Amino acid sequence: MDFRLTDHHEALRSEIRACIRAHIDDEVIERAHRTGANHCVELAKALGDAGLLGKAMPGEGQDPMVMWMLSSEAEKAGAPFDSVGMALVIAGVLNEAGTAAQNQRVTAALLAGEEFVCFGLTEPDGGSDLPAITTRAVRDGDEWVINGSKMWTTMAQVSDWVFLLTRTDSNAGRYGGFTVFIIPMDTPGITIDPIHTMSTERSNATFYDDVRVGDEWVVGEANEGWRVVSIMFGFERGMANTGALTPLLRRFSKWAEASGVIADPVHRERMAQVAIDAQVAELLTQRTAWTAAIGEPSGMQGSIAKVFATEAYQRHSRWAQAAAGPEGLLGLNEPGAAAEGWIDHDVRHSVPQTFQGGTTEINRNNIAERHLNLPRAR
Amino acid sequence: MALDFSLSVDQEAVADAFGAFFAAESPIDVVRGAEPLGYSSQLWQKLRTLEAPGMAVPPHAGGGGATLSDLVVVAETLGESIAPVPLVEHWVASRAHPAPEIVSGDQIAAIALRPADAEGIWRLVPGGAIAGVVVGVDGDELVAVQSSAPMVSPHNHGSAPLADRSARGGQRVVLGEAADLERHLDLWRVLTAAALVGIAERAMRMGVDYVLERHQFGRPIGSFQSIQHGLADLPALVDGGRFLAHKAAWAFDVGLVDGVGVIDMDEGIVTEFAPLAAMALLHAADAAAVSTDRSLHYHGGYGFSLEYDIQLYFRRARGWANIIGDPSLQRRRLADLLWGRAAPTAGR
Ligand SMILES: Cc1cc2nc3c(=O)[nH]c(=O)nc-3n(C[C@H](O)[C@H](O)[C@H](O)COP(=O)(O)OP(=O)(O)OC[C@H]3O[C@@H](n4cnc5c(N)ncnc54)[C@H](O)[C@@H]3O)c2cc1C
Repeated sequence: MDFRLTDHHEALRSEIRACIRAHIDDEVIERAHRTGANHCVELAKALGDAGLLGKAMPGEGQDPMVMWMLSSEAEKAGAPFDSVGMALVIAGVLNEAGTAAQNQRVTAALLAGEEFVCFGLTEPDGGSDLPAITTRAVRDGDEWVINGSKMWTTMAQVSDWVFLLTRTDSNAGRYGGFTVFIIPMDTPGITIDPIHTMSTERSNATFYDDVRVGDEWVVGEANEGWRVVSIMFGFERGMANTGALTPLLRRFSKWAEASGVIADPVHRERMAQVAIDAQVAELLTQRTAWTAAIGEPSGMQGSIAKVFATEAYQRHSRWAQAAAGPEGLLGLNEPGAAAEGWIDHDVRHSVPQTFQGGTTEINRNNIAERHLNLPRAR
Repeated sequence: MALDFSLSVDQEAVADAFGAFFAAESPIDVVRGAEPLGYSSQLWQKLRTLEAPGMAVPPHAGGGGATLSDLVVVAETLGESIAPVPLVEHWVASRAHPAPEIVSGDQIAAIALRPADAEGIWRLVPGGAIAGVVVGVDGDELVAVQSSAPMVSPHNHGSAPLADRSARGGQRVVLGEAADLERHLDLWRVLTAAALVGIAERAMRMGVDYVLERHQFGRPIGSFQSIQHGLADLPALVDGGRFLAHKAAWAFDVGLVDGVGVIDMDEGIVTEFAPLAAMALLHAADAAAVSTDRSLHYHGGYGFSLEYDIQLYFRRARGWANIIGDPSLQRRRLADLLWGRAAPTAGR
């Protein structure tokens, strides 16, 4: 085994880091928390201009290490990067399954960091059981007419596009009869209702009332939508959002040093444990990227990395908050807050990590059935 | 030079060869037959025919010149079979003291993990019950002492050949300073971590096999979701342990020692050998403890009976790891390596 990045990757990592640092300051971060959108146009544009988004896009012939480096550097810096991460996933899907026209119109703008896209998959009654969704697209002449509603359409309020999963044939079996569309958000009939959360991130419910679109916005084939979302899940899982322990530990240890807590052997033990788990999370994530890089399926390894990293993030941020005492309860930028309130933020932010992108339980089912080859439980 | 999570072609061959060797020569009845001492001299003699005892020593001293990464590969296969031979201790001691009879494996060597006490006794030396030579610290010096092996061990959790050994009675050679011990202990940490990964991996497989076979309520218990989820947490722990052990070995093999490697906690980058070795052992010990714990639990009451093999793994997971001392203290030591020593007077 070898744990060095190539000189090429080291250079890229420095470039990514410099680009993020140049466009992120306290004010940008504060704005993301205030508005609830983990989103920064200036950063996206800068990464796009530098060609880094084109390099980071997932898919065949691409270098998965770049996606990992971009996500991990953004996470370490606390940069509002989620909208860019989402754009990269959809750019990759369109690149693999979309039409030339879609790639010209949408993918290019996403990779330039100029336009953004939200994911319209989850519904009120279709969460983990995604095939249970009921949003319908019905043929009407040359057009499709879409009706239904989506839950948790995060970033809809800043997006130009929605990547929408619909039912087009309800008699085609559990995974048949789905169609995916890429639709401009300003299409008549789409409305957005905010969902406020216990953390600073806002999400949305989105509604689709007689939304009319043409065939040109179908991604892949009609009724073959499950194949398209499967490509997306493969890109989404386990390469991003597994690096939160490093900034948690950095902020905790800075606070611990300033407050003198750093000398407490009990806390030192726990800090060491967080450092170990951060290493393990990084190694498992790097393994996922490496597996994709050698052209092998990496989704299972992504599941393994995601469950470990997100569960550890919750466990350790809860500990960090308790260890910081009353000041650990104070929110972002409150005077006197431990680690400027980041610890309180980490506790909140770690909560949805174990259901976004597939819950811990769904991932464990997946690992049990497809990695350990145990029988189906349900 | 690029990120690579695969074994080299040579290492694959080594893993296959030693995996097959231990499977054939150290099946579970050999492990059981070696209890309570925890040592099979026949198995040791067979390892000598493979020249395994001298692998860790450089060629100029007559050894096989294996890299630490190669030794990690072998140690994992040893752990998978919980083979009753002190190969890890012998390798570490032989690097400190590559005497010809040790390199050949004619003489077994062990390493005392703690300095000799005031009476000049090394307490509970792993491999000490059977080793002719013990390497360890006495006062300011790192020494090797040759004396006769007691060939008995106090009954202990992991059925390991432990013994108290004198640092002063016997033929004594000074090898260096007391401070040199830490490097040898780091090698022991990495190789023991690898052996514990082997235990964790095998215990996980045994659990999976058992829950597929055992039926209750008219179906295999492996179809119950709570059991599936308990097992599904294990691959991350096992793989993480393997990668940490290999990363530590890699750092050593490419010379990232004594401050040449990086410790940048702001960026989460650690490539320095000593903290990686500490992390590898701490994580692998947890992985082996959790894996054997869950696997035994899913065996139900049978897992608790002597007749079932999982208890052999359960006990060694703890016995092999805790012999170096309280993991809490090991974590504090790791914290010192990562953040520097804390001022003793500060704090709350
Ligand atoms: C902040 C946030 C942002 C999100 N962003 C998006 C987005 O942009 N686009 C989008 O489409 N979706 C998004 N999601 C939705 C997310 O993907 C879902 O929350 C997730 O798929 C789970 O669905 P659910 O919330 O309906 O929970 P449910 O599916 O109702 O699950 C409830 C609980 O039951 C457990 N459970 C369910 N099925 C099983 C089973 N078979 N075995 C064992 N346990 C089970 C789950 O693990 C969970 O603990 C977001 C969610 C959050 C919280």
